[in-house]
Amino acid sequence: MSKRKTERLLSLVVCLLATDRYLTATQIRTAVPGYPDSFDAFKRMFERDKEELRELGIPLETGAAGEEEPGYRIPRQVYMLPDIRLAPDEAAVLAVAARVWRQAELAGAAAGALLKLRAAGVDAEEAVRPGIEPRLLAGEASFSALWEAVRDRRPVTFCYRAAGRSEPQRRQLEPWGVVNRRGRWYVAGHDTARDATRVFRLSRIEGPVEFTGPPGSVIVPAGQDVRELVADWDSAPPPPQQTAVLRVRPGAGFGLRRRALRQRPGPDGWDEVEVPFGETGWFAGHLASFGPDVVVAEPADLRDAVITRLKGALA
Amino acid sequence: MTSASRGGAGGSSPRAMPGRGGLGGSSPRAMPGRGGLGGSSPRASTGRTSGDRLQRLLALVPYVISRQVVGLPETAAAFGVTERELIDDLNLLWCVELRAPDPYCPIDLSYEGGEIEISQAEPMDRPLRLGVDEASALLVALRMLADVGSLAESEEPGGGSALSRTIAKLEAAAGEAAAPSAQVAVQLDQIAASSVLGQLQDALARGRRVHLKYYVPGRDEATERDVDPMRLLVVEGRTYLEGWCRRAEDVRLFRADRVLGIEVLPDAAEIPRHAQPVDLDRGLYRPAPDDLRVVLELAAAGRWVAEYYPCEEVTELGDGRLRVVLRAADRRWVRRLLLGLGEDGRLAEPAALASEVSEAAGAALAQYAQPGDVFVPPGRPGA
Repeated sequence: MSKRKTERLLSLVVCLLATDRYLTATQIRTAVPGYPDSFDAFKRMFERDKEELRELGIPLETGAAGEEEPGYRIPRQVYMLPDIRLAPDEAAVLAVAARVWRQAELAGAAAGALLKLRAAGVDAEEAVRPGIEPRLLAGEASFSALWEAVRDRRPVTFCYRAAGRSEPQRRQLEPWGVVNRRGRWYVAGHDTARDATRVFRLSRIEGPVEFTGPPGSVIVPAGQDVRELVADWDSAPPPPQQTAVLRVRPGAGFGLRRRALRQRPGPDGWDEVEVPFGETGWFAGHLASFGPDVVVAEPADLRDAVITRLKGALA
Repeated sequence: MTSASRGGAGGSSPRAMPGRGGLGGSSPRAMPGRGGLGGSSPRASTGRTSGDRLQRLLALVPYVISRQVVGLPETAAAFGVTERELIDDLNLLWCVELRAPDPYCPIDLSYEGGEIEISQAEPMDRPLRLGVDEASALLVALRMLADVGSLAESEEPGGGSALSRTIAKLEAAAGEAAAPSAQVAVQLDQIAASSVLGQLQDALARGRRVHLKYYVPGRDEATERDVDPMRLLVVEGRTYLEGWCRRAEDVRLFRADRVLGIEVLPDAAEIPRHAQPVDLDRGLYRPAPDDLRVVLELAAAGRWVAEYYPCEEVTELGDGRLRVVLRAADRRWVRRLLLGLGEDGRLAEPAALASEVSEAAGAALAQYAQPGDVFVPPGRPGA
């Protein structure tokens, strides 16, 4: 933005903040320097300026300025951040929180918020080195669009490649919330094509996320906890219901022994280890990764699945 | 205050700057600072978007007013600009002029002697309210911190923790803008909340060394080592201890959920001066120069690899297949990954490692092929 434009917008904000009554476009043009002489050119520029102020979150109010002519003002009570005072320990917590997004999508928003709070007199020192440092890392390309959709309650469409599928499918979603669980982003909502509640992992969305409706057109059911939806979806592999009996080479298989129900020395010098598991396919891959250090005794289908994996790795 | 009443002040020369001596203080067009530093730098607005500078200007006025007098260097640092840019901002603010009903300059300020002071700026003496994105970014992060647990919580009577007090104050200040933040959440893994975390925090608080029994999945090993804790990191939902590993004699990250056992030792932690903490702004993992470059071809069922491990390159091969390039510090980790993938993954490079995978798979299959090795357990599980 040119310096001239910044000056004009700043003057416009100050002018509209300082007035109690609504000012007409003509009055604004007279008071604020920098608008062109031609009235049409002024109107166009003024329209863009209004839009720009609204994008910055400045509450520009429209009302009647007498004789049916529209007028404008910025109500100070709506414009200003309410008084906020933080104790030193609270300010320290805030500084840590503002760093959480530093590499991630809402980094600019967090920095903007901190700036305003500092402007309100809060001293959130960056230098404080906390004992604990939480961070989110740069995430998925689709995050920004989905957060916007959730924030503004707009339905969306996107291409989604479900786990293990070779082709992506187009999905229609009324998004209710975005959740980061164990470092991965998910969006939960109502899948309108399937008329069901669905959870999608952002890393499996391909291409752009497009809005399919105006702001405010999504209704989030009351009491809906998106965290729970995502937690349920994430733990979708069945809870451990079966028990595998494994032979494990002594000194190996720590990852399995950690979760063992029982372990004892076997007759051949190897250990017999019993480990609960849920999904055969996933667990077979896990067992195959131990190579010659782990042998499945039973169940038979798990044993066969491990042999299949190993044959695949042999090729 | 209306613009009409402000206009009346014009006659009494509101532009006179305190302490500006003979620099023409009564002239409305004289710059508010030292003569030599006046004037606008053409670099002032480079590299910043239109909104950024206006937001900064709107924040700058209340920033100074709430502190009464504040130095140029510390203000420039707080706003992430150079002193030159800050002076351009101050000059721009000072130049704001409204022409009706009577001409007047709403902002009067001085930065004489490197100290900023704003004597008049009433309509904009408070910062702009928080936007939804701004409120959400902080509230989501604060709630995530609350999940992490005690952050050196000071238990004041009736005051609650610093975290809950901050969240409440921020929610109150944000008003309606706080509501959508409830629709974003960050959940941490469960294991991080266990007693391991409590003991690590205890060791950090008391500056003690810890003895760890730590599982290294890539090598399928449980290792024992003494570590001098530096800090806890919670990155992408996982909790890590960053510490000086006395065995490796280097800074190491340990995942809390892989700590098999922990003992807080009576010894004081001794972190060498040259120990470099991980720069989180550059990411958690940075490949070492001698790390192995691994090229994998994945079937659709093996695509999860690209989701779980940081890849340098990901290429679609059609039919849901992927080609990924990643860095690995340990050959054993690559071998285990390939054995687990089976036919869902193929190691394209390095070739020597591919033959290691085949050999390991062959050795494992041999255990199943020999009838004498089939192990019959003495009892039925769960019986």
